[in-house]
Amino acid sequence: MIKFTIDGIEVEAEEGQNVLQVALDNGFDIPHLCYHEALEPYGACRLCQVEITRGNRTRLTTSCNYPVQEGIKVQTKTEKVIRARKLVIELLLARSPNVPVIKELAEEYSVGTPRFSLDNDDCILCGLCERVCREVVGVEAISFLGRGSSRKVGPPLEINPQTCIACGACAYVCPTNCIKVEENENERTIVRWGRTLPMKKCKVCGRSFAPWFQLDYFGKITEGIPKDFWDKCPDCR
Amino acid sequence: MSLKGIDQILKKFEYRESAIIAILQEVQEKQNYLPEKDLEYISEKLPIPLTRIYRIASFYNAFSLKPRGKHIISVCLGTACHVRGAPMVLDRLKLELGIDIGEMTEDGLFSLETVNCLGACAMGPIVVFGKEYHGQMTPARVESAIKKYKKTSKE
Repeated sequence: MIKFTIDGIEVEAEEGQNVLQVALDNGFDIPHLCYHEALEPYGACRLCQVEITRGNRTRLTTSCNYPVQEGIKVQTKTEKVIRARKLVIELLLARSPNVPVIKELAEEYSVGTPRFSLDNDDCILCGLCERVCREVVGVEAISFLGRGSSRKVGPPLEINPQTCIACGACAYVCPTNCIKVEENENERTIVRWGRTLPMKKCKVCGRSFAPWFQLDYFGKITEGIPKDFWDKCPDCR
Repeated sequence: MSLKGIDQILKKFEYRESAIIAILQEVQEKQNYLPEKDLEYISEKLPIPLTRIYRIASFYNAFSLKPRGKHIISVCLGTACHVRGAPMVLDRLKLELGIDIGEMTEDGLFSLETVNCLGACAMGPIVVFGKEYHGQMTPARVESAIKKYKKTSKE
């Protein structure tokens, strides 16, 4: 067990955990957009910045990828932290002025109209979709493309990724909801990647419930689950 | 590039994923760009996901996913070359070739690109034709240089 303090309150953590994770578990409110507990921390959105004192050195750093250490002092609401977060929010707001979650953050931290020229991108390049596709699903259908100001996330050639199983995990983790999933009776489409796949019908109730590709893939990567498990929808299992 | 040619390159690098940049460089060497089907073949043979290859190929400026001409003309627009008149040289090149930056001539001979510094500022303005560096370029010398390369590629 590692003991340290957050805003003066003593907390306990296990070796290998990161500060943000421990803070959230203990009910501290630290904003974050690029962190998900199921994925490797990435430190891209810079919103989870806190001040960490170790020995006699205090510095501003992202808490999502800062490993816990015995005796460190974490401060989540100092003037410096708030100022850093406000700038981050201002930059995010300039990039994506129409994204609800960013507008809410701007309101919470009273950030007005950004000084920077406004863009209208709904993707903030947090990389959650790319990480979930690689780390959790394991198909690597999408990744970062390009660099600098033209950097974006997408499939190779920017359309219709051949390995995508249309599971929708990317849409689920997306903090700005910029990846839309549409379903009709027989097909599921991941709109942003231009991927449409036919869906399998449940053996019991006859309802289309998931793409064939996705179920085949799940069947391959899971062990000890009877084959017909993937023939029934979650409600009928 | 022929699939055999790619196989040879892959064999040379012992099918190591870590050598992917070197592999892509050699594949690009022959035709000045990375065709889609070559990347697909590499991804199949290594084997690594195609996305990982595209991520790398689209990141580095040295790689091109679009067809490029036999001679790649790079005009240096660094500060030193800029003040010594590189923009005028560039304009003349555009006019002579009839293409814009990042485009290829219809006959597939030339592509036009700009770079931010070649590290030889004393020679500026510099224009690189393929692998040959031409220092102290002027708009007037553009025409003869192009003619020379047209001639050599005919032979």
